[in-house]
Amino acid sequence: MRFFDLDKWQEIYNALKKNKLRTFFTAFGVFWGLFMLIIMLGAGQGLNNGVNQDMGDMATNSVFMWTRRTTIPYKGFPRGRFFRFNNSDTQALKDNIPELEYIAPRLQGWGGDGNNNVVRNERTGAFTIQGDCPEYFLIDPVRVLKGRMINQLDIQEKRKIAVIGVKVFNDLFTPDEEPINQYIRIQGVYFKVVGMFESKKNSQQAEHENQQIFIPFTTLQQVYNYGDMVGWYSMTARENVPASQVEEKAKKLLKARHSVHPDDERAVGSFNVENEFRKMVNLFTGIRWLIWIVGTGTLLAGVIGVGNIMLIVVRERTKEIGIQRAIGATPASIIGQIIIESVLLTTIAGYFGLVLGVGLLEGLNYLLTQTGADSSMFTNPEIDFKMAVRALLILVVAGTLAGMIPARRAVSIKPIDALRDE
Amino acid sequence: MISLKGIHKSYVNGKNRLHVLKGIDLEVESGEFISIMGSSGSGKSTLLNIVGILDNYDEGEFRLGGEVIRNMSERKAAWYRNHMIGFVFQSFNLISYKNAMENVAMPLYYQKVGRRKRNLRAMEYLDMMGLREWAHHLPNELSGGQKQRLAIARSLISNPKVILADEPTGALDSKTSLEMMDLFKNINNTGITILIVTHERDIAAETQRIIRLRDGVIDSIVKNGERKKWLSEQVMA
Repeated sequence: MRFFDLDKWQEIYNALKKNKLRTFFTAFGVFWGLFMLIIMLGAGQGLNNGVNQDMGDMATNSVFMWTRRTTIPYKGFPRGRFFRFNNSDTQALKDNIPELEYIAPRLQGWGGDGNNNVVRNERTGAFTIQGDCPEYFLIDPVRVLKGRMINQLDIQEKRKIAVIGVKVFNDLFTPDEEPINQYIRIQGVYFKVVGMFESKKNSQQAEHENQQIFIPFTTLQQVYNYGDMVGWYSMTARENVPASQVEEKAKKLLKARHSVHPDDERAVGSFNVENEFRKMVNLFTGIRWLIWIVGTGTLLAGVIGVGNIMLIVVRERTKEIGIQRAIGATPASIIGQIIIESVLLTTIAGYFGLVLGVGLLEGLNYLLTQTGADSSMFTNPEIDFKMAVRALLILVVAGTLAGMIPARRAVSIKPIDALRDE
Repeated sequence: MISLKGIHKSYVNGKNRLHVLKGIDLEVESGEFISIMGSSGSGKSTLLNIVGILDNYDEGEFRLGGEVIRNMSERKAAWYRNHMIGFVFQSFNLISYKNAMENVAMPLYYQKVGRRKRNLRAMEYLDMMGLREWAHHLPNELSGGQKQRLAIARSLISNPKVILADEPTGALDSKTSLEMMDLFKNINNTGITILIVTHERDIAAETQRIIRLRDGVIDSIVKNGERKKWLSEQVMA
């Protein structure tokens, strides 16, 4: 069978042209099916992107841990006691929990209460001061715009250096100024700026992160008299180890080290990102399945419409097919003809659905970014190329199936009966 | 060329069984020009359809060019119809949206001849039929005689051994009918076997042999030379 023979296309064109309105409505069914599938997939992806971006590049197997008041009296201590993690806890965690991949002790300086705590020349601002180790940026990375982040030498030598967020830069520097190697005064102590970063998260989360100043953890402890205090921990589990296992072990160890009753659930607070993440992943997997089921269902309705129309087309052309067979058309060539027609109809209609769907998504995306309406719930609705190709593939297969039954029917009639058909 | 031995054919419609052909024996030599006559319902069209492998038969043996044609796959039947047989129908059976040239070229399409080449061949045959200037007209722009000449051109283009014509003059006036018969004679002179089903006596009279069917059996076979004798018998009967 020659695919690119004009006669074949002439026949298809003629069959479809004969009843334009009918062809249009048939094609519309498929068009609408694919259009809806694309829109729904894009919207699902947008929801997914929005929520994912909320987390930036934060390690999905991370756990955060902090101290609270005890709720059970233990070893002579009353309930309601407050305690703090310290540097020796950090070492003990590293030594005793082999499942631990990274651990980052953290400490927060001032800021957030509206007092201007950072000064540069005549400019001032209120920013959050974070004491951090290099490991922290492996757990919850930011985008480095200039210079570098905190390194191990900074920690060892307790250097007075600072990495500032873009918001900090905007408030303390003029846009054309080079912040690197400039000094800023943080709560009366001068720090040299060695880097600038931007949050990878979006909206509120990003705003919060961009007005942070990172200084070495050890520097913060010493310069501002925190001794060996640790504010809270960020940690991640090794690959293939559930974060909850690390969470449990760390809690147990920390409770024992600080004479907290082992059953005291309140004394050590924690947040397990992995659990939340898994819930989210499950939710989105569910949503995606639902979309595919509903979408392909809609598409199926359209394809059945095509099959139905092809049956009518074959019925109408019975005599013509009879003539073709009398002058030597093989059943294969007639089946091929009808299937190509059906595939063509579904694919063209589907292609329009695809283009229009993607177009609408792009337009929506443009509007969202232009108006700044892309919230933490809905960002960048899109469908990837693979999905589009898959949808088109489904169309071709569906078109073939839709043409198969009418085509079989066309050749099941004896040529002589077909010729007699009026 | 065509050999029929004890051909039976019945149509089954629910409980009713219609025995149309009740044992047909017929030998047609290569290059013969034969007409099949008979009143409606005598089975003449059915016989032609069996010979054209458009329909199957129940009993007997049918050979076409020495090959036994029986329970043939539709694919093989298509090959035979394409290469051995040319059809001419009463209602022309042209494809309405294809122009004259494309209609004539169609059998070559199924022989997988390239478009340019088959259109060239089609033009030759149109020329032969005096339809060259109508090559790019659609069938409904042609007269009845022109349509039938178009259909004949289509039946000839694949160089068939046999032309089967079912009432080819049925839709034409008497003058055009006679023109058509001259055309058939010319074709026959090139060595192609022709079978015509007709109920018109003057048409049958133009052929070499007349086969009269009555109630599914061959009633009489009349050679054209004996036509006068046969005619007188008709008068007496």
